[in-house]
Amino acid sequence: MKILVPIKRVVDYNVKVRPKADESGVDLNNVKMAINPFCEIAVEEAVRLKEAGSATEIIAVTVGAENAQEQLRTALALGADRAILVETDLEVEPLGVSKVLKAIVEKESPNLIVMGKQAIDGDNNQTGQMLAALMNYPQATFASELKIEGEKAIVTREVDGGLQTISINLPAVVTSDLRLNEPRYASLPNIMKAKQKPLDVIKSDDLGVDLNPRITTLKVSPPPEREAGIIVESVDQLVEKLKNEAKVIS
Amino acid sequence: MTALVIAEHNNKELKVSTQNTISAASKLDGDIHLLVAGLECNAVAEEAASCEGVSKVLYVDSKEYENFLAENIANLIKNLSNDYSAILAPATTNGKNYMPRVAALLDVAQISDISSVESEDTFQRPIYAGNCIATVQSSDTKKVITVRTTAFDAVPKGSNSAEILKLEEVNDAGISEFIKEELAKSDRPELTAAEVVISGGRGMQNGDNFSLLEGIADKLGAAIGASRAAVDSGFVPNDYQVGQTGKIVAPNLYIAVGISGAIQHLAGMKDSKVIVAINKDEDAPIFQVADYGLVADLFTALPEMESKI
Repeated sequence: MKILVPIKRVVDYNVKVRPKADESGVDLNNVKMAINPFCEIAVEEAVRLKEAGSATEIIAVTVGAENAQEQLRTALALGADRAILVETDLEVEPLGVSKVLKAIVEKESPNLIVMGKQAIDGDNNQTGQMLAALMNYPQATFASELKIEGEKAIVTREVDGGLQTISINLPAVVTSDLRLNEPRYASLPNIMKAKQKPLDVIKSDDLGVDLNPRITTLKVSPPPEREAGIIVESVDQLVEKLKNEAKVIS
Repeated sequence: MTALVIAEHNNKELKVSTQNTISAASKLDGDIHLLVAGLECNAVAEEAASCEGVSKVLYVDSKEYENFLAENIANLIKNLSNDYSAILAPATTNGKNYMPRVAALLDVAQISDISSVESEDTFQRPIYAGNCIATVQSSDTKKVITVRTTAFDAVPKGSNSAEILKLEEVNDAGISEFIKEELAKSDRPELTAAEVVISGGRGMQNGDNFSLLEGIADKLGAAIGASRAAVDSGFVPNDYQVGQTGKIVAPNLYIAVGISGAIQHLAGMKDSKVIVAINKDEDAPIFQVADYGLVADLFTALPEMESKI
């Protein structure tokens, strides 16, 4: 079984991002970049399926600028076998990315696509579902457990009220939630080995996919600031404030 | 122009997130139709028809929709989409699951998790865990939108009696199958709809200690939530999680206990009206967003608080 793992280069999750002063966008000068945490979980899941003998090859793919090769190398160090960068300087949207991924899926014919449920920059939570729609594949989003049983995947999903388990026919798209697994750290020898693994670069134009944005960002502003509160001295004072000042309890 | 709102329900009752979404749709100037798709959900259709601002309910009753499998629901919505200039669903796990699928089938870029409607093509939405608010304009003729429910007041129900149009639309994609659901049973209000939420973090130390929150929750009629750290540590199940990738809440009162206040947690609760933080670490970032902070050991503060409210 061949697994495709689409990943994304994003701002590191520890960075507190701010809008630019002129509100024209997000200030990304000199911030640390990393592989999106949900994508890392997706890579880990693919590697575990390979270690368990269910998968034979793992291909990591991303759509973005040249420097996204760094995150592909991370995926290779975690255990992916080879990588593909679909290079573009456009700011891509989930719909465009899913069209690129469709072209890659048609070329590589994976049996399973595992990817993050959302990227922590745009917080869109769309690409996996869109790819599944374009391929007419079933989807299992927000996965916390994934089992391969013959031609099907049995997936437990994190839903609002608890957990849901579904069965989907392969090929399919599965998107990872936080508790699907805990990704390993790449070891130094594996980081070195990753440098030798194949990484193909394809120009997005060569795929004939329309990547033109449909959504224009008019401005990016800071969220409303909360006024700094007070530190109370005791539980008595807290209860008194909640009753008489905030009037939120009676 | 007419907007189609996809109702969130459990085949028995309408979820309030539907009313929040109708409220967002009402800002688009036009008629609002509601789609109720499920199995044996006649009561839900009646409830839906009573929501203020709704002029028609499309009601589809068939087993393929019982469990809201994305493949079946998305095909249904696509088939009904011709008459509509906008399609909206709440940004619940259901809405987030099927709506991007609808968008791709229609070749439309979805606008996720809107927090405000600026005009019929311009919206605000939080990005980067709510650290930035983007104002975005869509050039698609049809809009596919998910709605941050906490940003829109629910429209009232009970006052209206819109027409209910029953449709025979069968769409079994045949590629996915429901197996089972393990839903938490609780007498407490739902996390996303509660007036008061009390959440525990890593500081709770274990799952048993969450009983310290229960006494207070019972007295205040509160829902119980948790930080990612508490869920990852196995103290409580995943459906307790409040944060960027968990549930977004905005109650009148949010009490954060033993929660340090990571960006990802703040993203899920900082629109609450009043925030209380109880933490023994006075440098915890949670105090920067709290209206009232109490630097104390939660194991003594919680029992005392329970006895005094």
